[in-house]
Amino acid sequence: MKTVEEIKAAIQAAVPGAGVEFVPNPSPCAQHSLRLTPGRAVEIARFLRDDPELAFDFCSNVTGVDWLDKETSEKVKVKRTVNKTVDGVEQAVEETVEETHKHVEPGYLEAVYHLYSMAKRHGPLVIRMRTVNRTDQVELPSLTPIWRGAEFQEREVFDLYGIVFKGHPDLRRILMWDGFKDYPMRKDYVDPDDYEYEPTAHDAVLKRAQAHQAAAEK
Amino acid sequence: MSVAETKTEKLDGWNRPPTIEPGGEGELLEIAMGPHHPSTHGVFRMDVALDGERVMRLKPVFGYLHRNHEKIAEGAAYLASMPYTDRLDYFCSLSNNWAYALAVEKLVAQAVPERAQYIRVILAELTRIQNHASSIGFLIQEMGASGTPLMYAFREREKILDLFESLTGSRMMCNYMRFGGCRVDVSAAWLDAARKEVAGLPPFVDEFEALLTSNEILMARCQGVGVLKPDLAVNASVTGPLLRASGVNYDIRKVDHYGIYDRFKFRVPLGDHGDVYDRYMVRVLEMRESIRILEQALKDIPAGPIMDPKAKIRGFRPKPGEAYGRVEAPKGELGFYLISDGSPNPYRYRVRPPSLINLTILEDMCLGHNVADVVLIFGSVDIVLGEVDR
Repeated sequence: MKTVEEIKAAIQAAVPGAGVEFVPNPSPCAQHSLRLTPGRAVEIARFLRDDPELAFDFCSNVTGVDWLDKETSEKVKVKRTVNKTVDGVEQAVEETVEETHKHVEPGYLEAVYHLYSMAKRHGPLVIRMRTVNRTDQVELPSLTPIWRGAEFQEREVFDLYGIVFKGHPDLRRILMWDGFKDYPMRKDYVDPDDYEYEPTAHDAVLKRAQAHQAAAEK
Repeated sequence: MSVAETKTEKLDGWNRPPTIEPGGEGELLEIAMGPHHPSTHGVFRMDVALDGERVMRLKPVFGYLHRNHEKIAEGAAYLASMPYTDRLDYFCSLSNNWAYALAVEKLVAQAVPERAQYIRVILAELTRIQNHASSIGFLIQEMGASGTPLMYAFREREKILDLFESLTGSRMMCNYMRFGGCRVDVSAAWLDAARKEVAGLPPFVDEFEALLTSNEILMARCQGVGVLKPDLAVNASVTGPLLRASGVNYDIRKVDHYGIYDRFKFRVPLGDHGDVYDRYMVRVLEMRESIRILEQALKDIPAGPIMDPKAKIRGFRPKPGEAYGRVEAPKGELGFYLISDGSPNPYRYRVRPPSLINLTILEDMCLGHNVADVVLIFGSVDIVLGEVDR
């Protein structure tokens, strides 16, 4: 098989202007991946499947990953001029002050595809796509028109992570029931207070429910 | 099926199920097969639209057994998920163990000693034999032969489960493999018992085949039913005996050579027509090949440790990274995808369930057939609901 870097070059030659980024995998198995920009992903996928040398005809595994907002803080030394009274005379004095800067890297949802070739017997090639954020822009193009095997798996990712696959022929919940509201595989999913229909009077359950009610009333 | 529906030109949308126009008069009858239909081996529903006896539409409905195994595993340490993998496909807990151990071993580049590799092969092939035997038994049971063929299969399965029980302490929930080896060593007495059992397997398969292979009813019900074309099978990520019955030569034991499968001589049986009968036949032949592997493995098994001494058991924290490991489970490609962030728990833990993905083309295979054939086609896919819903 070509290396992931060579595949990246082949994609960029075949689909001009396609955004492809190499994502290294530090684990010893070295299954590196390619991150595609969602706009041209269907074209790229069709190239990967139909190119006679790559021939990734078998889309083995489709899954979602939830990456939360990442807060990083760094301490920066800043020079400031401060007016101070030194020996009874007001002067402008330079001072070094340490300030903490906080950055919030917005989280995103990611869809990961593992591709193999049954014709050439090579693989895996890992391709991934990111959504813009985790709340309102969670759309990605569906690769089900290219690989039928992604049909149920993309439905599962939609069901459990809430990624909306544009172009999917039948995007419904698959494991949870239709009236269910939340996305249970997300990292910030909160369990219901009680799994029973009628609240049971366990202390722990009651306390949790009361805390939620108090928060909701505020 | 008309010629127009079976053409293999790759037009746009060729991999979608075709729409069939109802031929008769009147409305379509919509029924829900399941979730308590006896042929579904658990809780699974098919919403079927019928024109008389013909199936016009079929939508599988999942989730009755959904436990969110993946979420539970993300909240537990790596090893703590090992017993839970038994409960995915509860017919083949040892294959599941191996798939998970393989993925973690890839994640941390863990070596496995020789003897443990042999034990894994022996157990995985025994699992394959008992799974194929009982899945054929269930298939025949659904065809209407109540009991007898299934009991023939279960008689052999009992003997294999006895072997599992004496080694791992449990008949079905074995929880046997560890990252870098196996939990307990096999004794010489166990190996002798296994050799004796394997020596008794070829007569069992012969007997099974004498009962079934040229049985007129089985041939009439199964041949030409539920045909799956190879290009659609590949495109729909179908794996396992279902794929090979369609004539695609893809066995992960041969492709990846995981474990020590490159040392054994065995053939990959392939089907010709991709119908229910071919799936039955491929399973029978795979049992014979598994017996060959078992004979070689039981002959060559070396002495030695069963656990890599460098394997880390306490404070197991893989370095950040990800790995996808897969094995040829009896039902198809079983894979585990793990992302580590350096903590004791996996950040992402994904099971690639062959049972769920093989059901993608259930509708395509059933369209145009009678309701009674749906039961057969569904049985020939060979699923376990614990793995479909996870």
